[in-house]
Amino acid sequence: MSQLPMIAIEHLDVHFGSSHVVRDISFSVAAGETFGLVGESGSGKSTVLRTIAGLNPGWDGRMAVAGQNLGPRRDRAFFRRVQMVFQDPYGSLHPRQTVDRILAEPLEVHGIADAEARIARALEEVALPHTARFRYPHQLSGGQRQRVAIARALIADPSVLLLDEPTSALDVSVQAEVLNLLSDLREARQLTCILVSHNLAVIAHLCERLAVMQGGRIVEILSEAELRAGRAKHSHTQDLIALSYELEG
Amino acid sequence: MSGMNNGNLVEIRDLRVDFPNPSGFTQAVRGISFSMGREKLGIVGESGSGKSVTGRALMRLLPQAARVRAEALRFDGIDVLGASERQMRTLRGGRIGLIMQDPKYSLNPVMTVGRQISEAWLAHNRSGSGGGGKREARDAALTLLEQVRIRDPKRVLGSYPHEVSGGMGQRVMIAMMLAPNPDLLIADEPTSALDASVQAEILKLIEDLVSARGMGLMLISHDLPLVARFCDRVVVMYAGQVMEELPARDLHRAQHAYTRGLLDCMPSLSKKRARLPTLTRDAAWLERHA
Ligand SMILES: Nc1ncnc2c1ncn2[C@@H]1O[C@H](COP(=O)(O)OP(=O)(O)OP(=O)(O)O)[C@@H](O)[C@H]1O
Ligand SMILES: Nc1ncnc2c1ncn2[C@@H]1O[C@H](COP(=O)(O)OP(=O)(O)OP(=O)(O)O)[C@@H](O)[C@H]1O
Ligand SMILES: [Mg+2]
Ligand SMILES: [Mg+2]
Repeated sequence: MSQLPMIAIEHLDVHFGSSHVVRDISFSVAAGETFGLVGESGSGKSTVLRTIAGLNPGWDGRMAVAGQNLGPRRDRAFFRRVQMVFQDPYGSLHPRQTVDRILAEPLEVHGIADAEARIARALEEVALPHTARFRYPHQLSGGQRQRVAIARALIADPSVLLLDEPTSALDVSVQAEVLNLLSDLREARQLTCILVSHNLAVIAHLCERLAVMQGGRIVEILSEAELRAGRAKHSHTQDLIALSYELEG
Repeated sequence: MSGMNNGNLVEIRDLRVDFPNPSGFTQAVRGISFSMGREKLGIVGESGSGKSVTGRALMRLLPQAARVRAEALRFDGIDVLGASERQMRTLRGGRIGLIMQDPKYSLNPVMTVGRQISEAWLAHNRSGSGGGGKREARDAALTLLEQVRIRDPKRVLGSYPHEVSGGMGQRVMIAMMLAPNPDLLIADEPTSALDASVQAEILKLIEDLVSARGMGLMLISHDLPLVARFCDRVVVMYAGQVMEELPARDLHRAQHAYTRGLLDCMPSLSKKRARLPTLTRDAAWLERHA
């Protein structure tokens, strides 16, 4: 398989002023693959996703999506192809827009017809009741807000999804629905994902491979099978796996 | 200051919360009852079941438009629905701490993290005998950040909320709520964005406060295994009702089909499953529970 990876990251560094937050990381994700990113709080996971999405200007290295090198500016086609679900769903939803408006906006920006049917389907896909459609974010529960964020990311049919803790605000039954939905979309549309989660069971469920970060660096990349079997080389990974198994009891 | 309350820190009887909608009212909480002492009570249940609304009702933090009724809604003997606004202000952020589900939303975006924690500390310590000063407040803030295992507390003190990571924001919020030494901590998904090792350390810290200071903890969480390990008792909510209440250590043996359904749909690290089962909701669950 000499196929071009969908996402290629080479020697990426990110600075915020004088702090060096992401240090020389490299990885690639094949089309249709889901790649996991785990590691301790503050290790740089969200920063990696935000930088790929074009939200952090201060980076060096090479990044490419679908074979195209990413520059400092992203065009409209990029924003249709690549969608991100943010860790903090409240902050990412406009407080004065109803759910209907939030979902209609990407359709208008990208000139996609059929808004009515698409919005109804998107709500259904993330198991939101129709009554939620004309509410404002503050009138929804935490898990309902996160589902709006996921619906918004999916509504314009992206080919790459960057998911930052997409299910940590969801209850286990909605989490199961969202994880099943992501598996289905991956099969139906060859969706490529990078998934950040602190929940190793969620990572193992969706990802073929994952990278473990610590202090801005990738300390190891391992497969789902190695993760489940506890065959990790780095001590940080070993600790995380041991704690997960302990919690599963 | 405690009233006559049979040792109950919180007493909730037949609490109902309705929100107006264009055609009438939506019932978010439909007659729930439970009480708790200085213990660790877990509240679990699916999204939208009314967990956060219950916590906010106890602090009288719901929007004006919400209709809140109860036979009893008491904190340490104080009638929350009848209390003056002034009384409520001394409870909030003083005797009752609330760690909210959206940490970034609950932090002030234009004030440094250090100043927010210091002010929370000062609000409590000024009124006390100590009469804390600015310098002391800063030291206290630094200690609290260390306690919640922030790696570089000095830098974080001077950071604004958007400059810290998701998990750091969650811990800042926890530090802020612990600053005034509350009697009751309502923690709404406090560790949902934290990795297992930090989560374990934070829960240990809360545990120490519960046993050393006799603080009560209401832990709202989706994480059933976590609640089972950490809490004394669990209240399971569905559609604004309490479905069952049981000792936390028995949670994995719960009998109710709803609770069983929640336990079964979690992915597992040890067992691989192609598809996860989802919850099949039974109409009978919506009927009134005693
Ligand atoms: N806008 C910013 N300005 C300055 N520093 C920042 C900014 N955004 C992030 N940082 C810092 O970069 C580091 C990495 O943050 P990041 O949000 O990527 O962590 P993370 O791995 O996603 O952590 P978590 O699991 O807690 O969400 C942290 O030390 C954080 O304080
Ligand atoms: N301000 C509001 N106006 C209208 N409805 C509201 C408001 N706040 C909450 N609700 C509704 O009340 C119900 C209970 O919400 P609550 O936030 O308590 O759920 P939850 O159990 O905390 O869920 P989650 O796990 O998703 O956070 C939900 O259906 C929600 O949409
Ligand atoms: Mg993050
Ligand atoms: Mg909630």
